[in-house]
Amino acid sequence: MSATGIGAAVRRKEDIRFITGKGQYTDDVIRPGETRAVFVRSPHARAKIKRIDTAAAKAMPGVVGVLTGAELAADKVGGLICGWMIHSKDGSPMKMAPHPALAAETVNHVGDAVAVVIAETQAQARDAAEKVKVDYELLPAVSDPAKAKNGPQIHGVAPKNTIYEWSLGDAKAVDSAFAAAKHVTKLDIVNNRLVPNAIEPRAALAEYDSGTDQLTLWNTSQNPHVARLVISAFVGIAPEHKLRVIAPDVGGGFGSKIFIYPEEVVCLWAARKVKRPVKWTAERHESFVTDAHGRDHITHAELALDEHGKILGLRAKTIANLGAYMSTFSSSVPTYLYATLLSGQYDIPQIYCEVDAVYTNTVPVDAYRGAGRPEATFVVERLVEVAAREMGIDPADIRKRNFIKAFPHQTPVIMAYDAGDYNASLKKAMDLADVKGFNKRKRESARHGKLRGLGYSTYIEACGIAPSQAVGSLGAGVGLWESAEVRVNPTGSVEVLTGSHAHGQGHETTFAQLVSERLGIPFENVSIVHGDTDKVQFGMGTYGSRSGAVGMSAIVKALDKVEAKAKKVAAHMLEAAEGDIEFKDGKFTVAGTDKSAAFGDVALNAYIAHKFSGQELEPGLKETSFYDPTNFTFPAGCHICEVEVDTETGKTEIVNWTAVDDFGTVINPMIVEGQVHGGIAQGVGQALLEGVVYDKDGQLVTGSLMDYTMPRAHDLPSFKVGTTETKSPSNPLGIKGCGEAGAIAAPAAVINAITDAIGSEALTMPATANTVWTALQRAKPRAAA
Amino acid sequence: MPAVSMTVNGKPVSGEVEARTLLVQFLRENLRLTGTHVGCDTSQCGACVVHINGIAAKSCTTLALQCEGATITTIEGLAAADGTLHPMQEAFRDNHGLQCGYCTPGMIMSALDIVRRNGNELDEHTIREQLDGNICRCTGYHNIVKAIAAGAKTMAR
Repeated sequence: MSATGIGAAVRRKEDIRFITGKGQYTDDVIRPGETRAVFVRSPHARAKIKRIDTAAAKAMPGVVGVLTGAELAADKVGGLICGWMIHSKDGSPMKMAPHPALAAETVNHVGDAVAVVIAETQAQARDAAEKVKVDYELLPAVSDPAKAKNGPQIHGVAPKNTIYEWSLGDAKAVDSAFAAAKHVTKLDIVNNRLVPNAIEPRAALAEYDSGTDQLTLWNTSQNPHVARLVISAFVGIAPEHKLRVIAPDVGGGFGSKIFIYPEEVVCLWAARKVKRPVKWTAERHESFVTDAHGRDHITHAELALDEHGKILGLRAKTIANLGAYMSTFSSSVPTYLYATLLSGQYDIPQIYCEVDAVYTNTVPVDAYRGAGRPEATFVVERLVEVAAREMGIDPADIRKRNFIKAFPHQTPVIMAYDAGDYNASLKKAMDLADVKGFNKRKRESARHGKLRGLGYSTYIEACGIAPSQAVGSLGAGVGLWESAEVRVNPTGSVEVLTGSHAHGQGHETTFAQLVSERLGIPFENVSIVHGDTDKVQFGMGTYGSRSGAVGMSAIVKALDKVEAKAKKVAAHMLEAAEGDIEFKDGKFTVAGTDKSAAFGDVALNAYIAHKFSGQELEPGLKETSFYDPTNFTFPAGCHICEVEVDTETGKTEIVNWTAVDDFGTVINPMIVEGQVHGGIAQGVGQALLEGVVYDKDGQLVTGSLMDYTMPRAHDLPSFKVGTTETKSPSNPLGIKGCGEAGAIAAPAAVINAITDAIGSEALTMPATANTVWTALQRAKPRAAA
Repeated sequence: MPAVSMTVNGKPVSGEVEARTLLVQFLRENLRLTGTHVGCDTSQCGACVVHINGIAAKSCTTLALQCEGATITTIEGLAAADGTLHPMQEAFRDNHGLQCGYCTPGMIMSALDIVRRNGNELDEHTIREQLDGNICRCTGYHNIVKAIAAGAKTMAR
């Protein structure tokens, strides 16, 4: 392994600009003559817009324009769409309601935008926005997904507010499995609704050049190419070749910046109307009412087991809240990213899952770190843990008895796991966590009046999304391949243009490590370019832990082509047959001789083209590829959480966290560990601290960082992190992906640990001190024992 | 509009601002020092932390006019003139104490204030407690805590 190649903990290239304040996030981009946009948003969960009076606002100082939904509709600007078709059990297509970027007739959630004010400064725009008079007629609203089907109908297209009633698996076979069971474990689970809260608020800056009829959008996007496609093809703002989308430095995404949002559409439309660049940057309170939220499932789940604790079947019925409108990929999250993972790491013969997706008068819900897989893992890992406790089996043993041990393994819910060693990660985690010493530590805690608990989560996820044909057959509107272009310059330095997009993942470093190792050139001589549709050919962006498994595989394919072409050039230079040229450590050698040419010399010769005729070989050294994966990848591992609960206050302290993950090949262990840490923190946040509260009328009670608890440094421990490795056979590098693991594994580990400590399974997330204390009071007899 | 003068990163600066203009707006919009970020609107996230007369403050909750005559240091003012990084900047890089980089300027400025208040030998508990005013969504704080401890040590040399 070289100091900067695959497997090396190289310091990140991108850090210098971030630690010196030189990052360029969307709000940092300043265009000549730019104006600022402020949106007028509904304070009501559901209302009819009777009249909007913009006259007073237009008369305010500095105002350049005030635009409403009626004008947007008059200009025939299309609405936003959901790009994944799900069919109900009865074969009917999902009920997708219109989603205009500015509401013209009705508003359907608090924060729904009805108008935009554009002014010279943000302060002027804000002042004028307060002068926009909107006359609303209030309508009854529903915010609780459990009550959605009986609530007031929000959209004409969706009776009973039902988007789809979907199922996966064989219901009859599962019923037979349950009929034969010796033990059935039943759980009611709420997977709490979360706000992603990337620390960089969303932003959009649009500029129109009338000379070239060209629109440019700078935005906080995880996939600028898809944004361009959707905005041109569906919203119809500009043809694709007249729209450039640039996602510069992006300050965290966690899924929330995958989607196409109304503000981007409105800024583009408005920039053309006011003939000035228009910039909008969300304030945090706007993030709370406009960024797509995550999770929000209500589930009843059952596990059937034989007398030895062997799982015979699993069934689940889930209500998924998709909010007021269907966000870009919302339909896929509680279906193909959820129910397909209900087999966990276990050999479960029969699984059946029903999912009812509903509209409510709340912010749209879509993918948030893990997207469906955390919800699935929570169901499976809670069921298994509780089953073990009910049956008096050690929780590690029940897992071992049920682990899948032979690969490939076809689950009853679509997925074909290709490689893994679940015993290995469990064993390593148990050693690292010193599970053997737990009872002693528990007694020690008891001496201090505290309850200690241990919780496992042996999770699996499907990443590296995804084979285009497979997802197409499941309803995806796009292919999920990735593209790469490797440009070797005449001097031998290299630019890689990738369709992946980094917003914290360190692609500029890890991708350069791959190129450095493969071409034998210094790491410093490689630049990674991403996030600009004028520079990079079409790409699918970054989410679902796909940039290593899919994005880097595309680079490998392009590098293969570069090597093949360079060998032809070297053959001419060295006057040898192409088949005799070997490439190793940055040098082309004629096999069996000492005749060689360095990579840089070959690059130069490719461009000066003096040694070969243009009829035989094209000059230049630049290759592109589109890589479509052959399967999902299946990262898996074991997280063990150890907690101490204060019986007086109910406060939980995480005293030990051990994570052992199998991510396949690791390119940069420092970066991978960082991804694990961050994922765990978000999972612990869900388990202990975070949770959206809407009141029954659809008002968001947790609407700011004063009300919604984000994990802070003192809420978390340092983490013990280890890895095991089985390579993914589904991509050339053997990568599985690491971005979501922590967020997927963590909630179940935390709740399993607390319920172990307090001796009661009746615990909802977030397990705040109040929640745990209340559960403790109910469980007192067992806790005292 | 009222005028305001202050010293920012060693340079005297002045400008006309509205009475309600925040220090962070003055830094970002008037001076184009965009390294200081705004992550929230309730003084919770700490992405906007700068030093006012050597003490950490949230520039989103400070009026520009309050800083008349003050000495301000932002993330852009930490490295030496020849580009040599401040030991705390270096520590964040060495320890992978950042991912998306958005909270990082505030984290580094707050870290320096933790050192100012508590000295160069910082235990994990102290760092975690005193980082209460800064939120990071990417790192889970693990490597930020390591970076601050390491940076504090190096600063003593």
